[in-house]
Amino acid sequence: MGDDEIISEIKKDYIYKLAERNTRIDGRAFSEYRPIRIERGIVSTAEGSARVKLGGTDVIVGIKMEIGAPFPDTPERGVLTTNAELIPMASPSFEAGPPSVDAIEVARVVDRGIRESQAINLDKLVITKGEKVWVTFIDIHVLDYDGNLFDASTLGALSAILSTKVPASKFGIGEDFPLPVQHIPVSCTFVKLGNAVMLDPNLDEETIAKTRLTVTTNEMGEICAMQKGLTGSFTIDEVKAIIQSAKTAGEEVRKKILG
Amino acid sequence: MGGTPTDIKLIDENGLRVDGRRPDEMRPIKIEAGVLKRADGSAYIEWGGNKVLAAVYGPREAHPRHLQNPAKAIVQCKYNMASFSVGERKKPGPDRRSIEISKVISEALESVIFVEQFPRTSIDIFIEVIQANAGTRCAGITAASVALADAGIPMRDLIPAVASGKVAGTLVLDMNKEEDNYGNADLPIGIIPRTREIVLMQMDGNLTIDEFNKLLDMNISACMKIYELQKEALKKKYSPVPVETPTAVLEEKKKVGEEKDNQ
Repeated sequence: MGDDEIISEIKKDYIYKLAERNTRIDGRAFSEYRPIRIERGIVSTAEGSARVKLGGTDVIVGIKMEIGAPFPDTPERGVLTTNAELIPMASPSFEAGPPSVDAIEVARVVDRGIRESQAINLDKLVITKGEKVWVTFIDIHVLDYDGNLFDASTLGALSAILSTKVPASKFGIGEDFPLPVQHIPVSCTFVKLGNAVMLDPNLDEETIAKTRLTVTTNEMGEICAMQKGLTGSFTIDEVKAIIQSAKTAGEEVRKKILG
Repeated sequence: MGGTPTDIKLIDENGLRVDGRRPDEMRPIKIEAGVLKRADGSAYIEWGGNKVLAAVYGPREAHPRHLQNPAKAIVQCKYNMASFSVGERKKPGPDRRSIEISKVISEALESVIFVEQFPRTSIDIFIEVIQANAGTRCAGITAASVALADAGIPMRDLIPAVASGKVAGTLVLDMNKEEDNYGNADLPIGIIPRTREIVLMQMDGNLTIDEFNKLLDMNISACMKIYELQKEALKKKYSPVPVETPTAVLEEKKKVGEEKDNQ
């Protein structure tokens, strides 16, 4: 994503110099998120939906539910599928066509956070054991890319999940019911610029960053998923500090999701 | 991370694992450098039930040309699982999992390669999983860094990698297939041994911060051991006198030579 963007050397130097002085180009503290705005239930044709703005990044997530067969190794569990589309409208560097490597990474990191935290109780999405289960499709559409798609997408997915009604009546198998949600995972993405580690990188920061770490935590402060990205490295102490910071920042974001 | 197994006991009453290992014990690892003829560099690793080959081509002209970077080489890793490498036949070709693994391995390897010395070129790394038994991405990157060194590509260091995790509530090193399928957490990590910096890290499952810190220590000390095996594999191929040839064998050879002279 970021490495296809163009940034002037002078701006790059400026951002690095600011980082040395503990500030950022948009004036935020290192551990501060950009403003978060969540709108739920904005697509009536979807079973659940949300539009999330994280600073200038704009993501829309739709949930569709269908009846399908369970995976052979989990006959007593519903199926969860996550997909992300980085459509050309969102950035001059995004191209039409099959999902790019970046889109696949975003989808898989979001999926891992939701799946591993057991955010959705898939045991309750069985219709006939081994034969028919509810399949939940989480589709992430990026509308405007201004950095940090990981967190915006996880946030959008969770918000959409919380607004989802399982359309049982449409299929003639009883009353509609809310998607059983049991945990609220929050992902926090950090990048390293020089020796400075900052939360929620904007486009400029993400473009020049060489090292990235996403940490997804649950409401108990446990780690559910992580993904280190880009070609740089983290020291052990940096990783430990990031995890603590993800836990603290995650609590704040969780309030916004539930609020 | 699947569910709880009903019929498998992952940790027995003595605290031992399904394959009899202690929690902090690794599976046996065997690395060999330079196993393929055509590739510029190659390596083969056997790691428990994993059998993985890595080959390196390049630095060579990057294709398609729009991928070329005038300032540095691009590092392109392709991780691929053979269809017969797993219990149930895997559909051949790249899937989303292998695309993601290829991406994180490419990025991790690029962190140690002096890419700026080879502008406009591509360094292509192919990882082929012949037989899989959990931990293939770590086996893959471990072998790939040996293959890069075998190809003579200048590097800051090799990258050893290993996964640890939580199985039936116990923290364990280097999970096998059963443990990976039924475990509660999986934490693959790759490091730069000289600086102990982390260049590859993924995680899924459920860990407290305290558990994470313990696993991280476990991973790093295991990586240091794997690093020694990587270096040994390279020394074995490149020492002027093969390291496994003790003096007794040399004397034997000499004797055979003398006998020939006498005939």
